[in-house]
Amino acid sequence: MRILWQITGLAIGMGLSIATADEIWVSNEKDDTISVIDIDTLEVTRTIDVGERPRGIAFAIDHSVLYLCASDSDTVQVIDPKTGKILHELPSGEDPEQFVLHPDGKHLYIANEDDAITTVVDTDTRKVIAQIDVGIEPEGMAVSPDGDIAITTSETTNMAHWIDTGTQELFANTIVDQRPRHAEFTHDGSELWVSSEIGGTITVFNRENQQEKAKIEFEIQGIHPDRVQPVGFEMTRDGQHVFVALGPANHIAVVDPETYEVTDYILVGRRVWHMAFNGDESLLFTTNGVSGDVTVIDVKNLEPIKSIKVGRFPWGAAYRPTN
Amino acid sequence: MFVRVIANYLVILWICCGAAYADMAVTIGYLEQVEPQPPVLSNLDPVPENEGLAGAEVGLKDNATTGRFLKQTYALETRIVAEGGDIESAARELLAVTPFLIVKAPKNQLLRVADLPEAAGAILFNTSAGDTDLRDASCRVNVLHTLPSRAMLTDALAQFGVRKKWTDWVVVAGPYTADLAFADAIENSARKFGIRIRERRVWDVSADLRRSAFQELPLFTQNFPEHDLLVVADETDDFGRYVPYNSWVPRPVGGTEGIVPVAWDRTVEQWGAAQLQSRFEKTAGRSMRPVDYAAWAAMRAIGEAVTRTSQADAGAVRDYLLSGKFELAGFKGRPLTFRTWNGQLRQPIPLVNPRALVAQAPLEGFLHQRTELDTLGIDEAESACTAFRE
Repeated sequence: MRILWQITGLAIGMGLSIATADEIWVSNEKDDTISVIDIDTLEVTRTIDVGERPRGIAFAIDHSVLYLCASDSDTVQVIDPKTGKILHELPSGEDPEQFVLHPDGKHLYIANEDDAITTVVDTDTRKVIAQIDVGIEPEGMAVSPDGDIAITTSETTNMAHWIDTGTQELFANTIVDQRPRHAEFTHDGSELWVSSEIGGTITVFNRENQQEKAKIEFEIQGIHPDRVQPVGFEMTRDGQHVFVALGPANHIAVVDPETYEVTDYILVGRRVWHMAFNGDESLLFTTNGVSGDVTVIDVKNLEPIKSIKVGRFPWGAAYRPTN
Repeated sequence: MFVRVIANYLVILWICCGAAYADMAVTIGYLEQVEPQPPVLSNLDPVPENEGLAGAEVGLKDNATTGRFLKQTYALETRIVAEGGDIESAARELLAVTPFLIVKAPKNQLLRVADLPEAAGAILFNTSAGDTDLRDASCRVNVLHTLPSRAMLTDALAQFGVRKKWTDWVVVAGPYTADLAFADAIENSARKFGIRIRERRVWDVSADLRRSAFQELPLFTQNFPEHDLLVVADETDDFGRYVPYNSWVPRPVGGTEGIVPVAWDRTVEQWGAAQLQSRFEKTAGRSMRPVDYAAWAAMRAIGEAVTRTSQADAGAVRDYLLSGKFELAGFKGRPLTFRTWNGQLRQPIPLVNPRALVAQAPLEGFLHQRTELDTLGIDEAESACTAFRE
């Protein structure tokens, strides 16, 4: 409660002097909109109409544009974050669900959920430069910090597919537990983490040899293991925590990336899906699909401090600095 | 807070293109006995001819895509036996090439196939016979069931009734064996969950309801004792569609009409199901039905076992399927597993109306020491199936 006061106080104190506070952008899958949350006031300040069934959401490296998967419009929309206007669309292949931007800032790797394909698009020329056959229902996308490896996970094939970004070809396929949903490399690039929704686990791979290094399981008292379903997760840059959304278990797990132990569970809204940090990683914003809100977590104290009503079925979130 | 760090030398699931994995070719048999269909009143909604087979084909594609990365190939060998044809010799032909059979046949034919000497050690997947008895006293050690039993379906409806406090039911059952079996299952579930069956009537009206539903149904349902739910037991799909809105007193309808417990339905769209639905529709040109789903699940269960064990012999596959390691992502929000006491695939049961999912059983509040999924159907303690205990 005190934290909330502090934040509110801060917001009031800074209120008029800063016209543009940093923002969190949330894609609302069942509203065809984006909700823009002002990080200072923790309120929705703008609602932007976008294409059909918006899901994957990410800013360009310089934050000059927003990329958004409009899944049912079969396109990736490029949006001006200042005006909220759709600038143009990128060819994305059918039913784009998630994507990841290569560190070169140029290539988008897009999972085409209905087509078992990963599409690589050049954001400058707006052309498809490669399509890679992967498993059924590709979803999770990741790229290594050095840009050498891109990952697609496929939900029904239950694999992580390792793509050599030099040749745009697969060089390894590793099995994970049922329904992999999300993948991330650690910030030092040495490990790949993959969450499995129905398997209820996160598999940690050694990047060097693509071998499984650890498996993380979750257990919340009073919730049947079947309903503990890890989906999105994010790692702090300081290597202290990994936050894991547990879907219908309505909790965020906090994992120690050194020991792979779960150190805490934080109660959030219903069917928590993905998340984004603010700039200094003091706050974490989680999208709660069924309750239609975003939970704000104080990262230092590992406590939820506010929930913010957004559109229907919030899916993904992305941070936008404005200063 | 359970962490398992796997030492490198234990890693077996690492694969790389062109690496150590041996090529493996898996054939799966699809065996169908075409059944005579009794005449029904309406010409709407005929049962698609490829019901079941289409599900197996989509499952085969799913397996093949996964297999491509593992140097595993999957093939489907199909035998469709005409009405009155000889299912046993068709089964023998398939069993000569594969121990894995996906079977769409009524109970008696399924049992005849299961009891063939050639089928000893094989794995048959029952995808079309809901008879609870097949998971109970008549169970066979070589038969697994991916279709829910009638008991699982009617238990789901009973849980719904309890949650809604609609606990007084009346039942109208059609005259066919399947209709009566459904009505019996309703009575058993009512007993299990504390629902009162106030009266049960057999449908014996011969009028053409396409013209006269508005006259006949109020008469037929008049004088029923006070009830909360009018249960229709019409698996044959003959008169049930004419019941809603024509009962004497205004009451919701459930059972095989109205709110219906199913293995699968086009209205299931959560938990990633929309993807399976669209894959199926692209292939079959129609929506996925329960028997299609059961055949798909059987095919995927085989694929999962082969992928995870890198073995394709029936013994290894069966051991894996019945072990604690197997789980199938069946697009129903929970991992699906097999009951070790009778080979039934545990699964949530959607309760649907023609246009939407109403609820999904097990409903909140029905608890079980093992998994809430075991509140549906025959539990271990009451099981009369001994074949799986040996």
